[in-house]
Amino acid sequence: MNRINQKLQEDKKLLSIYFTAGFPKINDTVSIIQELEKNGVDMIEIGLPFSDPLADGPTIQESSTIAIENGMTTSLLFEQLKDIRESVQIPLIIMGYFNPMMQFGMEKFCQKCAEVGIDGLIIPDLPLFVYETEYKAIFEKYNLKNIFLISPQTSVERIQQIDAISDSFIYMVSSAAVTGSQSGFGSEQMDYFKRIADLNLKNPQIVGFGIKDEETFQQATQYQKGAIIGSAFINFLKENSISEIFKFVNKIK
Amino acid sequence: MKTKYNVDENGFYGQFGGAFIPEMLYPNVEELKENYLKIMAEPSFQEEFNDLLQQFVGRPTPLYFAKRLSEKYNTKIYLKREDLCHTGAHKINNTIGQILVAKRLGKTRIIAETGAGQHGVATATVCALMGLECIVYMGEVDIKRQAPNVARMKMLGAEVRAATSGSKTLKDATNEAIRDWINNPIDTFYIIGSVVGPHPYPDMVARFQSVISKEIKSQLLTQEGKENPDYVIACVGGGSNAAGAFYEFLDEESVKLIAVEAAGHGVDSGESAATSVLGKIGIIHGSKTLLMQTEDGQITEPYSISAGLDYPGVGPLHAHLHDTKRAEFIAITDAEAMQSGLEVSKTEGIIPAIETAHAFSVLDKKQFHPNDIVVINLSGRGDKDLNTYIDYFNLSDK
Repeated sequence: MNRINQKLQEDKKLLSIYFTAGFPKINDTVSIIQELEKNGVDMIEIGLPFSDPLADGPTIQESSTIAIENGMTTSLLFEQLKDIRESVQIPLIIMGYFNPMMQFGMEKFCQKCAEVGIDGLIIPDLPLFVYETEYKAIFEKYNLKNIFLISPQTSVERIQQIDAISDSFIYMVSSAAVTGSQSGFGSEQMDYFKRIADLNLKNPQIVGFGIKDEETFQQATQYQKGAIIGSAFINFLKENSISEIFKFVNKIK
Repeated sequence: MKTKYNVDENGFYGQFGGAFIPEMLYPNVEELKENYLKIMAEPSFQEEFNDLLQQFVGRPTPLYFAKRLSEKYNTKIYLKREDLCHTGAHKINNTIGQILVAKRLGKTRIIAETGAGQHGVATATVCALMGLECIVYMGEVDIKRQAPNVARMKMLGAEVRAATSGSKTLKDATNEAIRDWINNPIDTFYIIGSVVGPHPYPDMVARFQSVISKEIKSQLLTQEGKENPDYVIACVGGGSNAAGAFYEFLDEESVKLIAVEAAGHGVDSGESAATSVLGKIGIIHGSKTLLMQTEDGQITEPYSISAGLDYPGVGPLHAHLHDTKRAEFIAITDAEAMQSGLEVSKTEGIIPAIETAHAFSVLDKKQFHPNDIVVINLSGRGDKDLNTYIDYFNLSDK
């Protein structure tokens, strides 16, 4: 069974952390992953940096720009990850935009993912329709889960369509916003969290965008299976060393 | 049937186009996709659109027979005078159309991106006309380079927001506008300035700009006794003026289409914006098209002396016209374009925008037959470029 699906069966709320590969330093990738797992993080999203990350706010745009300046590339990321499964057991997901993957070659990209032990992909700008018609077979061949996003504006009909094609979890964008632009959840968001939970989808949902501390993590996981923290962790890495990651994780869990 | 070069039901031109957008934008783009053709077909829309083009923009623009240029190049050269449109370029044809769509969708807040500021000014103008809130994203670098247009937008009541991410130019302003739209999905309409972005934008913008080629047809019929020219020449950044000038001729294979890109300091100089030569297929701003990028798929910053042509991509329609060889693509350097700008000024009494000047340089690159009818789309006037002309030719010397 895919590690993501195994993890989703655990009877707990899941904490997933996003970081941008190549930030703050080019060779931090492996040590950040190891440190996150050591401190009890359940799942990791490794950000493949892109020059023009449309769905992200200023924090991740900046970390991506720095990572690219540091020399991060798709091949280098796979090189860094080649022995990752010798030390890390938790699910690893690559989050990135479609263009760099397309240039690498989607089949080759998926093959490399399988080789190093990546479990799934989040590609915000790969449309459902294109995935279904062109790439689904490749993902399945390499046992990779493709994780789709929904937002408060997504229609029920489309959510059901996404639920049908998904086979791990649904990435629930907490509100109409790019990443890193929130300050706490209000009743509108809580209603949305409940509304989605009440749809009884076959895939559990993990909430992302706007989670930054224990309070927002608790809110986001009241009705959903887990939550993803991105920008807040990137901001932490700007000020703190990798060996201090435990401080960040302990404040959430 | 006008289908061969036009968009298909999934939003593709051949292998180019589509809507590669984050799910958060899906409802907005879907709403537009479901409605734009219906809205544009409504008689009340047509009436309002045509009336504004006539009374506010000043259409139809003349198709002017350029006598002296024709003599010089020994062929028949006509200039489609989009430079005479209100605000000084073809851009306003599109913003008039889009703001009428926005109003009919019940949107109250308008956002736009701008590079040199021409589309920003055209958007601020129609927002003032309609009394709608207007926010224009502009790269921090461009804000410094294009101060007069920033001032114009402010006078027209728009808020100009600096894009401070990435390279701080047009592509980043576009990213910021898209992010704004993600953050404001209900009340906001995004007026894109060229035939770029996710479907249906390239098709919608091309349709609004198609008034250019519609007029060329009827004007040529009056002036030459035939609807079709032998050549249509237009410059291409994102490609909206070219899309408009080509539109009605796409399926008239006897009409040769020439798209003129900015070679900057030269196609091989490393400082160029000739996307059809230097670009590879990829995704930019929600569209699959030719774009300038690194081997690793990072989008690179183009260069041209003309701010309106330095976009790292090209509209999917143009990528398709290039791919199918329906249009010939010619790259013109800064130096060639600047000389042409000066030549057109002295020969015809028209100072063209530097973007447009690139199209004129084709006259030196290609041999035309004396009986050929060559239409050049004079997409914009050169007032905005005076400082560049002054610096380049040392015109301020006493």
